[in-house]
Amino acid sequence: MTKVTQLDRVVIRFAGDSGDGMQLAGDRFTSEAALFGNDIATLPNFPAEIRAPAGTLPGVSSFQLHFANFDISTPGDRPEVLVAMNPAALKANLRDVRKGGMLIVDTADFSPRALAKVGYSSDPLADGSLADYQVVALDLTAMTVEAVKEFGLGRKDAARTKNMFALGLLTWLYGRPTTGTEGFLSSKFASKPEIRDANVTAFRAGHAFGETTEVFAVRYEVSPAPMPAGRYRQINGNTAMAYGLMVGAQKAAMTLFLGTYPITPASDILHELSKHKRHGVLTYQAEDEIAAIGAALGASYGGNLGATSTSGPGLALKMETIGLAVMTELPLVIVDVQRAGPSTGMPTKTEQADLLQACFGRNGESPVPVLAPRSPADCFDTAIEACSIAVRYRTPVIVLSDGYVANGAEPWPVPDLSLIPSIDPDFDTEPNAVKESGEATHFPYRRDPETLARAWAIPGTPGLEHRLGGIEKNESGGISYEPENHDRMVRLRADKVAGIVRDIPDLEIDDPSGAARVLLLGWGSTYGPVRAAVRNLRGRGFSIAQAHLRHLNPFPANLGDVLRGYERVVVPEMNLGQLSMMLRARYLVDVRSYSRVRGLPISNEELTADVIALLAELSGPHPQQGEPLLEEKP
Amino acid sequence: MTTTDPTLGDRQGYAGLAGVPLSLTPLTRKEFTSDAEVRWCPGCGDYSILATFLGVMPDLGITRENTVIVSGIGCSSRFPYYVDSYGLHSIHGRAPAIASGLAITRPDLSVWVVTGDGDALSIGGNHLIHTIRRNINLTILLFNNRIYGLTKGQYSPTSEQGKVTKSTPLGSLDTPFNPLSLALGAEAGFVARAVDSDRAGLTEVLKAAANHRGTALVEILQNCPIFNDNAFDAVKGKAADEGVIPLRHGQPVVFAGGRLGVVRDPATGVLSVAEVAEVGLDNVLVHDAHRADPSIAYALTRLTDSGVLHRAPIGIFRDVTRPAYDDLARQQVATARGEGSDSDGLQRLVTGQETWSVG
Repeated sequence: MTKVTQLDRVVIRFAGDSGDGMQLAGDRFTSEAALFGNDIATLPNFPAEIRAPAGTLPGVSSFQLHFANFDISTPGDRPEVLVAMNPAALKANLRDVRKGGMLIVDTADFSPRALAKVGYSSDPLADGSLADYQVVALDLTAMTVEAVKEFGLGRKDAARTKNMFALGLLTWLYGRPTTGTEGFLSSKFASKPEIRDANVTAFRAGHAFGETTEVFAVRYEVSPAPMPAGRYRQINGNTAMAYGLMVGAQKAAMTLFLGTYPITPASDILHELSKHKRHGVLTYQAEDEIAAIGAALGASYGGNLGATSTSGPGLALKMETIGLAVMTELPLVIVDVQRAGPSTGMPTKTEQADLLQACFGRNGESPVPVLAPRSPADCFDTAIEACSIAVRYRTPVIVLSDGYVANGAEPWPVPDLSLIPSIDPDFDTEPNAVKESGEATHFPYRRDPETLARAWAIPGTPGLEHRLGGIEKNESGGISYEPENHDRMVRLRADKVAGIVRDIPDLEIDDPSGAARVLLLGWGSTYGPVRAAVRNLRGRGFSIAQAHLRHLNPFPANLGDVLRGYERVVVPEMNLGQLSMMLRARYLVDVRSYSRVRGLPISNEELTADVIALLAELSGPHPQQGEPLLEEKP
Repeated sequence: MTTTDPTLGDRQGYAGLAGVPLSLTPLTRKEFTSDAEVRWCPGCGDYSILATFLGVMPDLGITRENTVIVSGIGCSSRFPYYVDSYGLHSIHGRAPAIASGLAITRPDLSVWVVTGDGDALSIGGNHLIHTIRRNINLTILLFNNRIYGLTKGQYSPTSEQGKVTKSTPLGSLDTPFNPLSLALGAEAGFVARAVDSDRAGLTEVLKAAANHRGTALVEILQNCPIFNDNAFDAVKGKAADEGVIPLRHGQPVVFAGGRLGVVRDPATGVLSVAEVAEVGLDNVLVHDAHRADPSIAYALTRLTDSGVLHRAPIGIFRDVTRPAYDDLARQQVATARGEGSDSDGLQRLVTGQETWSVG
């Protein structure tokens, strides 16, 4: 009988060729963990090439899952278990695995030629170089092919189910239920019975192998995490974003029109929304990024909720139209799923370097509200808020997601949609002004005195016919080159966006001891790593404050006071210090930039160590406090 | 595709306007005229196009509030300000893209794009061809003056090769676009050409374009008196007799008082102009605007001079309907909704299939 060891948390990475189905295996394991009640965080990592040459380092695709019996905030820096389906997967991922960790290696492709292809001069399974790890070397491929031989598949097709064999093995190793994955495979391959049966059989065979083999001395269990009561599901960022846009439009009683152009890593928003015509969603795959946002703005002009999804290079192309939306003061939601740049950069890798582009990347004084979700599930709330601001203030809104939150997944308490407030587009249907001739008319730039939102009459409204455009206008909608008018309109547009601050909650500070001298301030997807680092630091006895910005424009009203309340403010971001630059410029506070641009989420362990070094720079005693659970390995 | 719509009453002919509400009272040209001061140069061809347009609109019977004009940037793109309908003066080249999103989401609007040769064929070339290809229900009026007016006189993508302008003191080097050939290459269903000063011809073409369901492209040869004056003299006034090849559906393509006609080489399909007396009227091409195959329509567009204009076919080259993108897009939504929409649908979607409960 295998011994069972209880663990608080585990990080597993599945790695193989980009055609090996590692994303699927990872996804399924994630679902099992989530359904079991663990907290989860995931990090898919794949090459931009669809099928890079088999067995090469650039072709390696991986999926990392962190699951725990407490609330975690990152997919983990370093896996404790690596499933490597070939030599390339081993070589590409080994350096990340903790010493003492487990390597489950498919030996099928460990031929001298395959080893040489990735630069191994000798077989690492035989040369002792893996002595620091628990190596489980198995011919997974052969075992899979043997298990599914009754279905008469060719060797290639049979071998393709080895991801399910590996998943079955891991499912046994961590004592996960099997029914979810069996049900999933049955419905996924419902139209191909032999493929379906082969996958289910491979999955069961992997599980059975774990039970019968004596290779594993220990099996592990990670008990469910205590979470607030409620109904949960698992969700990734792009799906949550798509749902948020749908709900935002529904709350405004508007048709959602997504004009977009395929671009990694944003395309899944299009894929998701294109499935929901049943809910009245119109998706439009345009000829280019410019037409995509143009069509979205055209839809908004017609009184619909126009949205567009893109990534950095696409955002650059959309800027002129965003400027038109600023000038015509029409609602528009622009989702930028940031990726490593500049130019094409690294399309499948994450980054946060579009912040300055979003805030300032247009001609003229062109203020745009900018929001950033902090986690996959938070994309939902952020999208709804973006819709609300866009509609109520008649303005384009940019949402800065990134590859990390877009593709990552986490448990999500299912929201009760009836509790989400409705959004009033407040269309004009009656004249709001009188012409010199005494005739009633519509002045499109007459404003709500509080919000400065302009009057909005949509085509089809009789008696309110008017013209909008990119040329400067006066209040009545007439073209105006008058110096005073332009000065007034530029300031009105700026004041309108700045005034959105009234809807933004003050920045919350997490500083349990109340005595921290250093504040870690994150934005967007750095939330998880910063939170993990803060826990690590507190666990080591340091007092540290954390705050997180969702609103990048306008900033929360109390931000200046918060920044000035700490001896040191450290801003970790996946760029060269863009938020730091904005904070310094706006508040004259000497914030410290902590910058990483490796195409990966910031490592919480590295951040922890670097903040400890920084704390040492500050003279005087540091208040101490304790917090038990660490996301780094104690 | 024949579309019938009860709101159209006796105006069933305007398939392109199906779904657009009719005005309860007849409208006048004056009601479509905005109070903005028209600011084109004196003598600009845009004036006569605007006058004809304002004359046509009341005849279409639709309401002003359901009429939208979307333009890009350039002299012609000031057009929306002068029509008392809804209007959007957008950005350079993007009007077809913006109008597409509007037309897809608002079948109750009559959407017109007003653009120029620089706007539509240079910076906006991509949007033009893709809008035409998709066949979105809108009408594009392409004012072609073969010059850049608003930026003061540079050559345009329709300027004849060798054009001496401010930016090409030694003559332009590039081959011009033939806008109608381009449109046909982009699978256009409706392609026509009119002349700014020919009110009757332009009226007929505008009405036919409005009638067409799908994208209609109307090239309007428009004189720029400042930077390219007299570019289209060959198709105006007395010269029109020899310069205009009138296209009338079902009629032989003859001009110059019947002296000249268009004949088709059966071996190559190439069209050329011949003396009718020499070839015989029976051998003159009979124009069929509804022919499914676009080859002859294309060959007709090639009779237009690409250099200095001496002669050009005028009228409707092609008028063939195929399903409009926006109709199909809305149909997909309607069909999906028909499969069983309910108020809880979105909640169910967000909740998903795999959930677990805590507590």
